[in-house]
Amino acid sequence: MVVNNPVLKIHNLNIRYGDSLAVKNCSVEIEKNKVTAIIGPSGCGKSTFLRTLNRMNDFIDSFSLDGQILFDGVDIYDRQSDPVDIRRRIGMVFQKPNPFPKTIYKNITWGPHINGYKGNFDNLVEGSLKGAALWDEVKDRLNESALSLSGGQQQRLCIARCIAMQPEVILMDEPASALDPKSTAHIEELITKLRKDYTIVIVTHNMQQAARVSDYTLFLYEGELIEYGITKNIFTKPDNQQTEDYITGRFG
Amino acid sequence: MFFRFSHSLSMKIKERVIKSILALSAFISIVTTLAIIGVLGRESFTFFLTVPVTDFLFGTHWEPLLEPKSFGILPLMAGTLLIVIGSGMIALPVGLLTAIYLSEYASNRTREIIKPILEILAGIPTVVYGYFALTFITPVIRIVLPQTQIFNGLSASIVVGIMILPMVASLCDDAIRSVPVTLRQGGYALGATPYELTKSVTVPAAFSGIIASFVLAISRAFGETMAVTLAAGATPNLTLNPLESIQTMTAYIVQVSLGDTPAGGIEYQTIFAVGGLLFIITLIMNIAANWIMNHYREVYE
Amino acid sequence: MNNFNLNSAKRKKNERIFKYLCQLFTWMSLLILLVLIYHVSIQGLHYLNLDFLNNYPSRFPDKAGIKSALWGSTWLISLVFILSVPIGVASAIYLEEYEKKGRLARLIEINIANLAGVPSIVYGILGLTIFVRFFALDRSLIAGALTMSLLVLPVIIIAAREALRAVPQSIRHGAYALGATQWQTIYHHVLPASLPGILTGVILAMSRAIGETAPLIMIGALTYVAFIPESVMDPFSTLPIQIFNWASRPQAAFEEVAAAGIIVLLLVLLTMNATAVLIRNYAQRKYRW
Repeated sequence: MVVNNPVLKIHNLNIRYGDSLAVKNCSVEIEKNKVTAIIGPSGCGKSTFLRTLNRMNDFIDSFSLDGQILFDGVDIYDRQSDPVDIRRRIGMVFQKPNPFPKTIYKNITWGPHINGYKGNFDNLVEGSLKGAALWDEVKDRLNESALSLSGGQQQRLCIARCIAMQPEVILMDEPASALDPKSTAHIEELITKLRKDYTIVIVTHNMQQAARVSDYTLFLYEGELIEYGITKNIFTKPDNQQTEDYITGRFG
Repeated sequence: MFFRFSHSLSMKIKERVIKSILALSAFISIVTTLAIIGVLGRESFTFFLTVPVTDFLFGTHWEPLLEPKSFGILPLMAGTLLIVIGSGMIALPVGLLTAIYLSEYASNRTREIIKPILEILAGIPTVVYGYFALTFITPVIRIVLPQTQIFNGLSASIVVGIMILPMVASLCDDAIRSVPVTLRQGGYALGATPYELTKSVTVPAAFSGIIASFVLAISRAFGETMAVTLAAGATPNLTLNPLESIQTMTAYIVQVSLGDTPAGGIEYQTIFAVGGLLFIITLIMNIAANWIMNHYREVYE
Repeated sequence: MNNFNLNSAKRKKNERIFKYLCQLFTWMSLLILLVLIYHVSIQGLHYLNLDFLNNYPSRFPDKAGIKSALWGSTWLISLVFILSVPIGVASAIYLEEYEKKGRLARLIEINIANLAGVPSIVYGILGLTIFVRFFALDRSLIAGALTMSLLVLPVIIIAAREALRAVPQSIRHGAYALGATQWQTIYHHVLPASLPGILTGVILAMSRAIGETAPLIMIGALTYVAFIPESVMDPFSTLPIQIFNWASRPQAAFEEVAAAGIIVLLLVLLTMNATAVLIRNYAQRKYRW
C-alpha cells in the first residue's frame, strides 16, 4: 500500500533472532500524523517489528536484520546512524508502565535535561502532562514519587515523558494491556488526541482497540505481512482470508 | 526547536572514556590473581630448588626453624585436616538440618529471628572465635576430659565448625528453596509427610547445591587462620588425636611472620611453599563448588 | 479392598523426631550466640570504661587501653573505603552493564568468585611481598589498607553486581527510549536505584575489613604502637590485632582485657550491621517495582 506522506519507509525487512526468522520480507510505509496499528496473534513478531523501528532491539544479542528502514530518507541501521539520536526522535511507550523511581516532575524533565533542553522546564512539564491528560490529577503533587501513581496514571506519565522530548514518531507497545478497562479508555482517548501532532505506531492484541484508535492497520501473521490498509477497510472487507479469519476470531 | 544535539561527538568520546575506566577497574581482579600466583610461584620455586618436592609433600617432620631442618608438610597437613574434618562433622549436618528447618517447617517469624542470628554469627571476626575457643570451649572440654592439653584440635574444630555453620545453613537454604514448588506439591498430594518429602524429594533435588555449599565451607575451614592460631597451638604434630596440641598450615604461616625471620632465607621461603599449597587446595575446591553450583542452576532454569 | 498399609503411627513418630531434631539444631545457633556474648561480657565488662578507650596499650592490665587500635582501625577502614569502593563499584558496573556475556566477562566472573574464596592469609602473603617489600611501603597504614582493599574487592563487586541486577530492565529501556546514552542511563537511573543494595554490600565488606586479623599480622602490624597514626606512612595497630595480642598472652588478666576489646569491636560491628538493615528497609519502602 502506498501512503501520501510517509515518515518511515521499510523495505524488504528480515529480522532474525539467531537462526530463527521473526519477521519475513516486510515492506511498509508509515504515514505521517496518522495512527497505524499492528495486529496479529501473539508471537507473530509485532513487538519485534515495533522495537526495530527505534533500535530498541540492539540490546538483544542474537538480534540481526537485513533490509532497510528509512526515517526521513536516512537508513536508521546505517553505520553512520546513532541509535541514541534515533531514539530521541522516535519515542516509545512500553507494555508495562516503567516510570523512573523519581518525582513526577523529574520523570518528565530528565529526557529533555540530558539532551540539552534550553526552554522553561516548568512550562514543559505542564505542557507534557496536559498533553497526556494527566495534569489535573497530579498538578498538586509534582514532587511526589512517580511510583505512588496508579498503573493507568503511570502509563500516562510515561506518555507525557515521551512527548516532552517532542519526538516525530511515538511507538506504543501494547500500552494498555497491563491496565484496567477505565485506564484503557483513558489511554485510547489520549491516542486519538495525540494523532494531531504525532505519528503513532501502536501494537495491540486487542482488535476492537485497533479498530477504535487507528487510521491504518497492519496485520502480521507468523512474521509475514498479510495485509496492510485503511483500518475501516481491514475490519469491514479484508482482502485476505487469513485476515478475515483473525479479526472475526476464528484463530489467534 | 529547543534542543541542541550538536554535542553528540564529544558525548560519544565521553562514553568511550568512561567505558575504558570501568574496564580497567574490572581488570584489577585479574591482576590480583596473577600477582598471587606470581608471588607464591616465584618464592616456592626457589624453595623447591633446595628442598625436593617429594620431601616436602611426603616428609613426616616439620622442623624448619630447628637444626637439622626438615620440611615435611604432613604434620601441618594432618593438623589442618583434623580441623577440617572436625569442623565439617559439626557444621555440615547441623547446617543442613537448620536449612531444612528454615525452608520446610519454620514460620516466617522464626525465619526472621534465625536468619539475622546466622548473619551475626557469620560476621563475628575470627579472632573473637579464637578467643572464645581458648577461654570458654577448652576449659569446658577440660572439665569433661581432663587429659586435654591447653591448646588442642578439638576446641579449634568446634569453633571453626561454629564459624562455617552459617555459610552452610544459608547456602543449603538457598538450594532447597530453589527446588520448584510444583515438585513439593506433587509429593504432598501423594500423602507424604514433610520428613518423607525432604528425604526423597527436596534434598535429592537440591543435592548438587547442598554439595557445593559443603565444598565451599570445607574450603573456608582449610584457610581459617586466627581461631586455629589461638586455640589449636603451634606444635606440628603428626597426629589425629584431637586432644593434643597441633599446628595448621595457616597457623604456621602466622608463626613465621610473628618472628623476625629475615627475608630471603629458607625459613622465609617456607611460608610461600605452604601458602602456595593452601592456595591450590582452596582454589580447586572453589572451582569445584562453582562448577557444581552452575551445573545445578542449568537443571532448574 | 485395601492394599495400603499406611503405618501411620510409625510415620508420624519419624516425622516428629525429625522435626524436633531440626528445631533443636536450628535454635542451637541462638544459644551459641547468647553464650558467646554472655561469656565475653562476664570477662570484659569490668575493664570497659573511658580509661580503656583513652589509654594506650600497656604491660599492666589495669592501664591497658585501645586508643591506638581504635584510631588505627578508623584510619584503616577509611583508607580501605576510599580505595576499594570506587574500584569495586566500577568493576561491577562494567561486568553487569557493559560486558555481560563476552568470554572476557565470564573469565573475570569466575576469577572474582575464586578470589572471594582465597584464604585471607594468602592476601597477607601477597601484601607482604608486593606492598611491604617490593614497593617498600614498610609496615605502614597504606600497605595494610592496600592489602585489605584487595581482600574486600571481590565482596564489594559481587554485592554491587547483585544490586545492579535487581534494577528492572524496563527502567533502562525507558531511559534509552528517551535518547539517553548508556552512561547517562546508568548514572541517572541504574546507580541511584541500586545504591541501597550497593551500600549494604559495602557496609558488609567494611565490617569484614574491620574484623580481619591474619593479613595484617602477615604484613607485620603486630607491634607495640603507643601513638595515633598521623599519616598513611605511619605504623599502626587495629582492634582485632590488639585483641589477638592480649588473648595470646599467658596472664589471665589480659584475657579479660582482650574481652573488653572484643566488646568494643562487636559494638562497632553491630552498629554497622544495624545501619545496613536500616538502609535495606528504607530501600524496600522506596522502590516497590
